[in-house]
Amino acid sequence: MTAAIQIGLGDVAATLALVAVAVAVAVWERTDLEGDIAVAAARSFIQLTAIGYVIKAIFASDSIVWVVLLLAVMVVFGAVTARARAKRVPHAFWTLLFALAIAATATLAVILALGVFPTKARYLVPVGGMVIGNAMTAAAVALNRLGDEIHDAAARIEATLALGATTTQAVRPVARRSLRSGIIPLIDSTKTTGLIFFPGTMVGMLLAGASPIDAVRLQLVLLYVLLGAVALATLLAVLLSRRAFFTAEHQLREMAPPQSNLGA
Amino acid sequence: MPGGGPERARPPFRTRDDGPVLFELEDVTATRAGRVVFEGLRAGLADGVTGIVGPSGVGKSTLLRLLNRLADPTVGTVRYRGRDLREEDVLALRRDVGLVPQLPALLEGSVADNVLYGPRLAKRGADVAGSLRLAGLDLAFGPRRADALSVGEQQRVMLARTLALQPSVLLLDEPTSALDDTTKSAIEATLRDLRDRLGLSFVLVTHDLDQAARLADRVLVLEPGALREAPAAAAPNR
Repeated sequence: MTAAIQIGLGDVAATLALVAVAVAVAVWERTDLEGDIAVAAARSFIQLTAIGYVIKAIFASDSIVWVVLLLAVMVVFGAVTARARAKRVPHAFWTLLFALAIAATATLAVILALGVFPTKARYLVPVGGMVIGNAMTAAAVALNRLGDEIHDAAARIEATLALGATTTQAVRPVARRSLRSGIIPLIDSTKTTGLIFFPGTMVGMLLAGASPIDAVRLQLVLLYVLLGAVALATLLAVLLSRRAFFTAEHQLREMAPPQSNLGA
Repeated sequence: MPGGGPERARPPFRTRDDGPVLFELEDVTATRAGRVVFEGLRAGLADGVTGIVGPSGVGKSTLLRLLNRLADPTVGTVRYRGRDLREEDVLALRRDVGLVPQLPALLEGSVADNVLYGPRLAKRGADVAGSLRLAGLDLAFGPRRADALSVGEQQRVMLARTLALQPSVLLLDEPTSALDDTTKSAIEATLRDLRDRLGLSFVLVTHDLDQAARLADRVLVLEPGALREAPAAAAPNR
C-alpha cells in the first residue's frame, strides 16, 4: 500500500445524503423499510467505528495473542449469527463454532505456511475476518437448506431407511444439495469477478493508491483462500449436523418446529 | 421369489392361539410429536395377514413404524418371532420386515434404480423383472423415470422395491388410500396374489374395514390403548 487516503468524519457524514435517498425511496413507495435503513446505517457506523479502534489497538500492539482473541470473538459471533439461520438444525451453534474455527485456523495456517503473508496483525486480522465472514454465510445457507430439506423430505428419507439404508446413505442426496447451496454463491461470484463486479479488497487497494496489478493479485489470493475456507466450513457444518437429525439406530428424529426468535 | 431365494413357503395360516406369533407387543407406549399415541398396548400378531383398522389419529401408522424400528416405543417391548426387536440388527430387520409407506416416496432416477436400491445397499443381487412382475408391473417400466409415473404405478414401484429385498413380512400402510377404485382393486388383487404365491406375512393398516376383511386372515381394531378383535360382522370373508 502506498499512499493511504485520508477520510474525515465530514466525508462520512456527507455520504449520509445517499442514505437519505434510500429513506426517501422507502417513504415514497411505502415499503416500510425506513426504520430498518436508519438502524442499519447507525449500527454499521457504531460497529465499524468500534472495531476500527479495536483493530488500531491490535495493530499498535502487534501481538498475536490479541489477533487470535479477536478472531475467536469473530468465530463466536459468526456461529451465533449463522445459528439463527439454521433454526431446524439441532445443536447448530456448537457445530458452526467448530466448523468456523477449523476453517479459519486451517486457512490461515496454510497461508502462513506458504509465506503469502507475514505473521502480523495487519494481515491476519482482515484476512481472518473475511474468511470467517464468508464461511459463516456459506455454512448458514447450507444448514438452513439442510434443515428445510430434511423436514420436507422426511417421508422419502424414512422410506429409504425402511429399505435398510443407513443414516448416511439416506441423507446423502439432501446433504449434497445443501453443500452445493452453501458453496455455489462464492463459486459464481468468483467466476464473474472482474466482469460484473469488482470485489471489495481490490476496490479498497485501488482507492488506497496501490497499483492495479498488485490489487488484482491480492484479490486473487483472497478469492482462492475463500474458496477453500468456504468449502471446508460448509462441509464440516453439513457432515456434523446431519447426524443430529438421526438416532444411533438409524431413525429420523422428530423435528421440532422452527423456533421463531432465536437471538442472533 | 425374485432372485430365487431359499424356500420360504410356510404352513397354511394359523391363528395366534394355535400358531407362531409373529409380533408381540408388551405394554407398549408410543409417542409422536410429543403426544402419547397409545399407552400400555398388549397384543400378538400372528403369521399370515393381519389387518389393523381404526379411526385416523389412533396410531395405526405409529404401530407399524414400531415393527421395523423406524421408531421405538417409549415404554415396553416389541418382539419379532420371540426376540426383542432391540436385539436385532436394525438394518437387517428392515430388510426382513419391509415397510411400504402410505404415500409414494420414490428416489430420483428410474424405476429400476428404485428397485435395485435396497439390494445394492445390502450388496445383494436382485431380480428387477421378477420384483416388478410381483408388484403387477412389466419389465418395460424398468427404464422409466420414477417421478413420471401415476400414483398407482408409483405405489406398485414402492411395493416392488420392497419385494426386491425378499422380505418375509410386509408392513403395508394404507396401500390404496391415494388411489381410485379401479386401481385400488388391482392393487388388492396383487396383494392377494403375493399372499397366496409367496406365503408372505402382512400387517396391513387401513381405515377401510371392508378392505381389511377382504385381504386379512384376522382383523384387529386399534382403539385408544387397546388392539381388539374386530366384531364378527367384519370378520374376514374370503
